[in-house]
Amino acid sequence: MDRRYRFRRAKDRGMVVVTFLCTVAVLVPLFLVLGFLARTGVSALNWDFFTEIPGAAGEPGGGMANAIAGTILLITLAGAMGIPIGVLGGTYLSEYPSTRLSQVTRFTADVMNGIPSIVMGLFAYVLIVLPLRHFSALAGGVALGVMLIPTVVRTTEEIVRLVPQSVREASLALGIPTWKTTMRVVIPTAAAGIVTGIMVGLARIAGETAPLLFTAFGNRFWNWDILQPIAALPLQIFAYAISPFDDWHRQAWAGALVLVTIVLIVNIAARFAANRQVKLR
Amino acid sequence: MNSVNKQRVASLIDHTTGIQADEVHAWFDRLHALRGITMIVAERKITAIIGPSGCGKSTFLRCLNRMHELVPGARVSGRVVMDGQDIYAPGTDPVQVRRRVGMVFQKPNPFPTMSVFQNAAAGLTLAGERNRAKVEEIVERSLQAAVLWDEVKDRLHKPGTSLSGGQQQRLCIARALAVSPEVLLMDEPASALDPASTLRIEELARDLANDITIVIVTHNMQQAARVSDFTGFFLDGELIEFGSTNDLFTRPTDRRTEDYITGRFG
Repeated sequence: MDRRYRFRRAKDRGMVVVTFLCTVAVLVPLFLVLGFLARTGVSALNWDFFTEIPGAAGEPGGGMANAIAGTILLITLAGAMGIPIGVLGGTYLSEYPSTRLSQVTRFTADVMNGIPSIVMGLFAYVLIVLPLRHFSALAGGVALGVMLIPTVVRTTEEIVRLVPQSVREASLALGIPTWKTTMRVVIPTAAAGIVTGIMVGLARIAGETAPLLFTAFGNRFWNWDILQPIAALPLQIFAYAISPFDDWHRQAWAGALVLVTIVLIVNIAARFAANRQVKLR
Repeated sequence: MNSVNKQRVASLIDHTTGIQADEVHAWFDRLHALRGITMIVAERKITAIIGPSGCGKSTFLRCLNRMHELVPGARVSGRVVMDGQDIYAPGTDPVQVRRRVGMVFQKPNPFPTMSVFQNAAAGLTLAGERNRAKVEEIVERSLQAAVLWDEVKDRLHKPGTSLSGGQQQRLCIARALAVSPEVLLMDEPASALDPASTLRIEELARDLANDITIVIVTHNMQQAARVSDFTGFFLDGELIEFGSTNDLFTRPTDRRTEDYITGRFG
């Protein structure tokens, strides 16, 4: 073996080792966070945590039941707004890819994806909180919904574009109008992939704190009125974490654990949905 | 077409005209793919269209049910007359045209999310037919017409894509038949299939021609000779020769037809 070849082989091996270590480095922070959360969070988890609302300041006990429910309500509101707009908008981008509107929308969606989430909160504040003169679940839902749209639009576009032209043609050749072909044939063919995109988007907004600070605002009590301020897990975690009380610190950890678990479950569900996608290639 | 061929065609057509194509031109953006096709498709007969790749045979087929215009940048001019009506006349709904002129594609394309039954029923259910008994009856009849019923009657609710390639193609034929078209366009329907499945599709086409008009595009000359009553030979977007299949294959009037069918090019 000549020296050049040996050098190149050594370089090749070296690169494999480097990429392997980098891959491990991706996993390490994730498992550290999960492990740390599990260790600190589990000790504060108890039945009260899931059924009680927060206790008086400084007194031990109480839970985050209202914040868990609030987060679920906020995600529902955001989904009700972001999913239809995102799915139909993404479908338009895929079916009419080169219209002026599509090009502008695609660019805008990408820009929106990069906008700091606190700006989305400001947007909802100006749009809803100021006219209504008080914080509300609705404002929080809108802030999260607006954040959800670009993710859903882009993932829907990608997956709908993968639906083969032959499927559309099969339907059109049967004398099915274009809109029905899109709604009843193309979208169902891409459905599982679309659902995956939606879930990934929902998991992302579930943990958002900044857009809720001056929209949903937080609430120490139960509230089901979407025009009133509402509690949310990320807000509650934030409030408890910066409080001076040890019991609240422990509850903040527990809240973080619950939040991460919710996100994890949604992500796993997304994986299941992705596996049910019919093969498009 | 030369004058000998024209005379022969004139004397041959004693059949009812199913479709009359008149000076049909088609473009893809600037590409002039069809250059004035004038041709007759006889009712309840099989008309084959042969020619080398890129000669415009599939494009012509897609002009007969207004599928060509779906391609971005595509354009058609000329007249295609069915039952005295030009399907390109202003105000004609392409959706209505496609209800009457069904199509089977080169690659079997059952709807991937639908079962065998749902695929066969798709043309009805997607059009809003709610009468379950009627749908079931038509599905069974269509699957029988496509000679697929016996093979799938016990797995109607399995995915359409779980069938073999040949079965999938017959399912696509059943799906097209379920909306009772007057004409069935077949775009190289057997080119993705093995010889046994090919033979079944050809037999099926012959059976179907008792009831409906069939236009079949093929690059397989033997297939055209086996199944069709009439054949048109396309070259570079023009109809070079048209006549009864027997005449065209045994006594071609144009040198280029002869060269093609004897395998000198294409």
